[in-house]
Amino acid sequence: MKKILVYDGSFDGFLTAVFTIYEEKIPLASIQTKRIASENFFDTLETVFTDRIKAERVWKGICRYFSSEGRQQLYKAFLSEITGVEDTMLYVIRKAFSAKQKIESNFTDPHILKISKIAKSVSREKHRMDAFVRFRLTKDGVYLSTIEPDFNVLPLNAKHFKNRYADQKWIIYDLKRNYGLYYDLENVNTIEIELTDDVNLNSNKQVFFTSEEIEYEELWKNYFKSTNIVSRKNTKLHLRHVPKRYWKYLSEKAY
Amino acid sequence: MNFERIKEKLNILADAAKYDVSCSSSGSKRANKNKGLGDSSGMGICHTYSEDGRCVSLLKILLTNHCIFDCAYCVTRKSNDIKRAAFKVQEVVDLTINFYRRNYIEGLFLSSGIFKNADYTMERLISVAKKLREEENFNGYIHLKSIPGASDELMREAGLYADRLSVNIEIPSEKGLKLLAPEKNRKDFIQPMEKVKNEILQYKSEKKLIKSTPLYAPAGQSTQMIVGASGETDAEIMYTSAYFYKNFNLKRVYYSGYIPISYDTRLPSIGTEVPLLRENRLYQTDWLLRFYGFDVRELLNKEYPNLDSDIDPKLSWALRNLEQFPIDINKADKRMLARIPGIGMKSVYKIIQARRFRNLTLEHLKAIGIALNRAKYFIVCNSRDFEIKDRTAAQIKGLILQESNSKFRGAYSQQLNLFETNKLTSA
Repeated sequence: MKKILVYDGSFDGFLTAVFTIYEEKIPLASIQTKRIASENFFDTLETVFTDRIKAERVWKGICRYFSSEGRQQLYKAFLSEITGVEDTMLYVIRKAFSAKQKIESNFTDPHILKISKIAKSVSREKHRMDAFVRFRLTKDGVYLSTIEPDFNVLPLNAKHFKNRYADQKWIIYDLKRNYGLYYDLENVNTIEIELTDDVNLNSNKQVFFTSEEIEYEELWKNYFKSTNIVSRKNTKLHLRHVPKRYWKYLSEKAY
Repeated sequence: MNFERIKEKLNILADAAKYDVSCSSSGSKRANKNKGLGDSSGMGICHTYSEDGRCVSLLKILLTNHCIFDCAYCVTRKSNDIKRAAFKVQEVVDLTINFYRRNYIEGLFLSSGIFKNADYTMERLISVAKKLREEENFNGYIHLKSIPGASDELMREAGLYADRLSVNIEIPSEKGLKLLAPEKNRKDFIQPMEKVKNEILQYKSEKKLIKSTPLYAPAGQSTQMIVGASGETDAEIMYTSAYFYKNFNLKRVYYSGYIPISYDTRLPSIGTEVPLLRENRLYQTDWLLRFYGFDVRELLNKEYPNLDSDIDPKLSWALRNLEQFPIDINKADKRMLARIPGIGMKSVYKIIQARRFRNLTLEHLKAIGIALNRAKYFIVCNSRDFEIKDRTAAQIKGLILQESNSKFRGAYSQQLNLFETNKLTSA
């Protein structure tokens, strides 16, 4: 019989659950979000209430047995939101704690290898968003971009965009997870606003965006076409680098 | 801004610039300062890919495609009957800033046809970069072309604003250059390259003493060679490349399969296929030189002046040097691990990390992600079922080709067919 610890989906929540497992000495445990967890005949459910102090104690332990690279990998794996990733993380954390040494580069262990592979995918998606975000200047003077990344990578992107676009207001909004980042020329804050895909409709262009914006978009599309070499056409390679699921937010491919 | 007119110019001058394949936007150290616009201290970013599968990282344009030269291989050559246009300095600045603000690009790649003379052209390129840096506080990436024959003073100034400078030698051999661009000579290409190299060296030594030394071309220099226009062998191309890497500390050499753009009889005729496979093999060789510790003489020499088309250059080298194999995955040093076909540098790192914990088996190697279909003929590890049979190079090659599915298979099987038919008719 397994005990399922149900947490709120936050990273601190996850860490609190790890704390609980050690505190209550639970031998067989699984950590799941509210969204996933469900009653079944064999397992028992226990709700974990996120507790920053407990979370911090676990994080301290992680800092001892993982390099900064290893910690980042854990956090990135967490952001993947892949079902069951919490249990893989739990396994790896437990293994490091009981070995009392760094085990994160033991790629002969399938769970450790799995975390490193998931972290790699998340990094790749983060990098894609650094590339695929397309800002459009709204009539309110804010550069707006909507995205739907495969993983919850926005927290990883914040620094990159803050460093780069220090002199313009911008919003990057994750429509899938319904939250975004807003930079107000000072700080980056998390925001939730009423925003739908309507903002990207062609028919709404004139409503939301400046006429200059529409012209620059047109220039960009023209450039995209002119810079292509027809006699080297390679659709397979093109699609591998720019998968179709991202097209609707790329001005050169859509609207 | 007159968008219609700009659009027209952009189409002409982007179209003319696209044969320059350099697209890198990495390797600079320029961070955002005073809350200005842009940052190029991170890794390079490809913001999109055109339909030919090439990365779009920079706004790549010519300042003008008016040119006083008549190089046969160049689409902008004086005698070519095409539409000509020229940007004003401010127009390039506005385009760059506005594209950058929308996260379309990492920065600007600015080249130009040569109008009036080399120095006059170079001055105009510099004035764009200077304006971007000083008036717009732009910290994005700027790649400027060094115009062959430009003076040392101008090259010094260019490096103060640009992240990267490049001058394309285009034709790998001097005899080719004489044939296709008789008005140009090697010296004109070398001179600005030499100046930039020396400035970079000087910057590096001054930087150690004085922290505030202004940046000089922090992303270094690169060059480009056209492949398949002037009859050089792969060995000639790669030896030239190795020479430039060594003597000018280049960051990159690019290889550009010649795209027929002219009816000139000195060149492959229009309609000839772009040598994409050959280009790919040259890049693989380039990588082996820069990251895998190979010497160019090991890969190409008098007996092997050309790369194989059906297998990659590392496999080709391994098959010629079977006496150095099998390599023990659990004992070999980094240098030898990197020489095993099917194992890349990332796998080398993982192998070295993982084998500290236990001896590795084939299953471990597979999980780590190495290409066992190639590697298995060249390694031993902690499994009993590795390939121990004595095989000849030809046998191994046959087995590997049977199991692999190269994206270029169509390309070379067709070539083989042609060969077969020829044989039939001659018999």
